[in-house]
Amino acid sequence: MSLEKPYKDIPGTTIFDADMSRQGYHLNQFCMSLMKADNRARFKADERAYLDEWPMTEDQKLAVMARDLNRCIALGGNIYFLAKIGATDGKSFQQMAGSMTGMSEEEYRNMMVKGGRSVEGNRYTGEKK
Amino acid sequence: MARISASVYTSHIPAVGAALDLGKTAEPYWQPVFQGYEFSKQWLKEQKPDVIFLVYNDHANAFSLDIIPTFAIGTAPEFAVADEGWGPRPVPKVIGHPKLAGHIAQSVIQDDFDLTIVNKMDVDHGLTVPMSLMCGQPQAWPCPVIPFAVNVVQYPAPSGRRCFMLGKAIRKAIETYDEPLNVEIWGTGGMSHQLQGPRAGLINKEWDTAFLDRLIADPEGLSTMPHIDYVREAGSEGIELVMWLIARGAMSDVNGGKPPTVRHRFYHVPASNTAVGHLILENN
Repeated sequence: MSLEKPYKDIPGTTIFDADMSRQGYHLNQFCMSLMKADNRARFKADERAYLDEWPMTEDQKLAVMARDLNRCIALGGNIYFLAKIGATDGKSFQQMAGSMTGMSEEEYRNMMVKGGRSVEGNRYTGEKK
Repeated sequence: MARISASVYTSHIPAVGAALDLGKTAEPYWQPVFQGYEFSKQWLKEQKPDVIFLVYNDHANAFSLDIIPTFAIGTAPEFAVADEGWGPRPVPKVIGHPKLAGHIAQSVIQDDFDLTIVNKMDVDHGLTVPMSLMCGQPQAWPCPVIPFAVNVVQYPAPSGRRCFMLGKAIRKAIETYDEPLNVEIWGTGGMSHQLQGPRAGLINKEWDTAFLDRLIADPEGLSTMPHIDYVREAGSEGIELVMWLIARGAMSDVNGGKPPTVRHRFYHVPASNTAVGHLILENN
């Protein structure tokens, strides 16, 4: 018997459940290490060398270096942990969230000012807008 | 005996804290957000609570993936302000109330809720942003705070029903404490928002409005709403709203008393990626 996961058909959304957490453990713990200034400096000086200290998969390391947050999330990253990379880069939470939507920073900000992304057409995968 | 005089509900958006810390509250983007809390700041000054029991979630600051407690009560004499990666917020440290917190832990665990007891913990924006919104920028916070952290980072968060029943157990614990303390309980987080993936930026005003209506008038019914409804309708991070049900479960009307008075209600979109919701309910 497998667990019921009714959230699998929500478009553009990855729920950070136990399975994702298991896959992303080292990726997220790497992110957590960036809360220390010394570690941030070492990471910035040589990203590849710093990442190689962690038992992460090659795909996870490449996704981090590309700052591809959607890919990081697909590989088990959680946004609150990934935010530490953004903080290291001097990015705001809005810049990070926006980077995952395919919109420019300005387009995303304007969408939020106008009331945000509508839920209509965004509840189920394949739903007609 | 101690008593719960009121409950406060508010979003805890980090950008709101940053706007306050950087002196941006009068900017057109932020002004409507802070305007919504002007009444609340005055109200809190007049209420003079002795202790605030503050329900919030940690955002990968005090807790990494090494330990993920579903419910964690802070029993320390004080709590430092976390450095979340941008440096610690320039706000006062949080003074706890170890004696009441210990009493609540003992009572609530005996009532079948298995709390994690935390004697050392930094507190992040989940706790400090509500304090800033309700208190402004004082040199010291006006009273001790008991931090109560709920896991909403790794799915599943506790169910709404579980949170509501826990609120009742917390009320019972507070009412059996021997000192005559005026205690407020705050539930924080929400409202609709999604911070990840191509659906980031989701806001659902209609759903949020209905949530506020039901939280006031039908909290028992609201508590049975399944997680999937929160996630689908209010975004993957909208699930934080289950924390509001802990505060609501501690109010008089759902424990045999009179309905509360709605002292303040506020809603605004956006603050960064999120809908801001705020409510003050007073017990009668």
